[in-house]
Amino acid sequence: MPDLLLQLAIILFKIVTLTFIVVLPLVPISVYFERRFSAIIQDRVGPNRVGIPLSLLGFKKDFHFFGLIQPMADGIKLFLKEDFTPQYVRKAFYWLAPALTVVPALITVCVVPFGSPITIFGHTEKLVIADIDVGPLFVFAIASLSVYGITLAGWSSNSKFPFIGGVRSTAQMISYEICLGLSIIPVLLYFGELNLGKIVEHQAQHGWLLLPLWQNGQIGLPDMQTALFWIPAVIAFLIFTISIFAETNRMPFDLPECETELVGGYHTEYSSMKFALFFMGEYAAMVIGSAMVVTLFLGGWSAGFGLDPLIAKLGIGGFQIGGLIHLGIFLTKLVGFILFFILVRWTVPRFRYDQLMKLGWVIFFEAALINVFLAALILAAPDLTAVILGTGAVLLIAVTAAVIWVAKTSEAPVKPLRA
Amino acid sequence: MPSYLFWLFATVMLSGGAAVIAFRNPVSCALAVVACFVGLAGLFIGLSAFFVGIIQILVYTGAVMVLFLFIIMLLDLKDEEKRAKALAPLAAGLSLVILFAVQLIGVLSRTANKSAPELDAATLATAAANLKEGGKIATALGEGRLPDTHLIGQTLFTGYNLPLQILGVLLLVATVGVVALSKKTAD
Repeated sequence: MPDLLLQLAIILFKIVTLTFIVVLPLVPISVYFERRFSAIIQDRVGPNRVGIPLSLLGFKKDFHFFGLIQPMADGIKLFLKEDFTPQYVRKAFYWLAPALTVVPALITVCVVPFGSPITIFGHTEKLVIADIDVGPLFVFAIASLSVYGITLAGWSSNSKFPFIGGVRSTAQMISYEICLGLSIIPVLLYFGELNLGKIVEHQAQHGWLLLPLWQNGQIGLPDMQTALFWIPAVIAFLIFTISIFAETNRMPFDLPECETELVGGYHTEYSSMKFALFFMGEYAAMVIGSAMVVTLFLGGWSAGFGLDPLIAKLGIGGFQIGGLIHLGIFLTKLVGFILFFILVRWTVPRFRYDQLMKLGWVIFFEAALINVFLAALILAAPDLTAVILGTGAVLLIAVTAAVIWVAKTSEAPVKPLRA
Repeated sequence: MPSYLFWLFATVMLSGGAAVIAFRNPVSCALAVVACFVGLAGLFIGLSAFFVGIIQILVYTGAVMVLFLFIIMLLDLKDEEKRAKALAPLAAGLSLVILFAVQLIGVLSRTANKSAPELDAATLATAAANLKEGGKIATALGEGRLPDTHLIGQTLFTGYNLPLQILGVLLLVATVGVVALSKKTAD
């Protein structure tokens, strides 16, 4: 019985620490980065004044933390605003929708491996909440639930523009889920494993998927097969990353909240904390999406270059805290990728809706399918005879050419509108 | 699976199912189906069928029901809320339920009542003995884990390869058919 209680306590501790102390603060941090980074891109200063107003007490200068506590001020502002519920909304759904956008994003945290196992008092503990064997699928499944929040928000607001925003987002998210799912099939074929923790361990030993430059701690060029697999890996990475942008409704695909066409999109009728929950949901989805990209393609918590066994061995006395250093490496990569998200948002202009759908269904869908075939061919090559391999390669090229030809010719040229 | 978890998910599933026919608002009904599916996925996961449970959520809850909801919202069904209860559909529905119950009882009464084997190391090791030595599945079974995704994959692609391909072609035909039909009306 004490054993069971200890287990439960450890699980609870992991849930609370990893979700609420590690991941949730990343949301305000990314909001801060968003505002400061966009300011740098646009040659502004950005929010830098929130702090302790020492000048009120007669000092020469205010004390500001480089604007670092700006998100806190934003949060307080959102809390203190009037929480207004318009009269003709469908109340139950209107209240349910914001929760439905945040909760799935936070549930998916539980399969992300944050670091290598740590040992305390001879007890080894993995730095992941639920070490299940269907990691990426779990993330997709639960993340796909967040579409309900946006759809219901648009519908229950009982207002035209939010409704169009909700409908757009439903169509967009469903379309890009297919690209997401198909694009990581080559990755899963390569690892032969659906457990995210093992995927990262494999990358720590044999090189990251996009950087296979070491083998069992020895830096060197990869063998022929791994080197060839780099091509489908990069294609998968591109499709996956861009689909994550679409899936999280981020620029350049933030059509559900396209201000020029839809006022504010699905959350037009929301105010105060309910609006903030949508905001948080978007950023939490972004954090989780970045975590997935980092885990699958960029080695997760691994430092790379054969350093990981050394880091894992680090410890003070009986405590092996190498896992915490790995946690730091993981968070660094994560923040780096979030910065990339923000950079793209402030660089690339918004797509038109038909362009978005065309990109998803005509380009990414086919590219991901062909990529699966290519990856399978490369992975199976050592077991195949030269004849079969050649036939496969010829077939692949023929199919690719056919798909490109069909995509080119099937689109009727758009007739210009005449007034 | 601990029995309290079974009862929890069974309750979620059954109350979701009951709510589908109890609610008058089509959107509430669709959400009740979602709750029902989530409960079902919980039951699958409780039976160590992680893959099936997750796919249940991914496909049915995350995609199929979203499309249902989408259609319901676009059509904006209002008369459903006012309509009086017709007798014929009620009778048809009830007779379907009774038929299914009779079939279920018939099948269950012929099946021997035995409990599923425990997923302990010994059972898994005997299962591993039937498989290829050193393979991924055998290794995982030897370590005392149940690699359900690998097992499903192996069964599907070795034992049922032809039916799988035929199903794939069927789905492809359906997709092409939808595109062809919708293009035809558009012209």
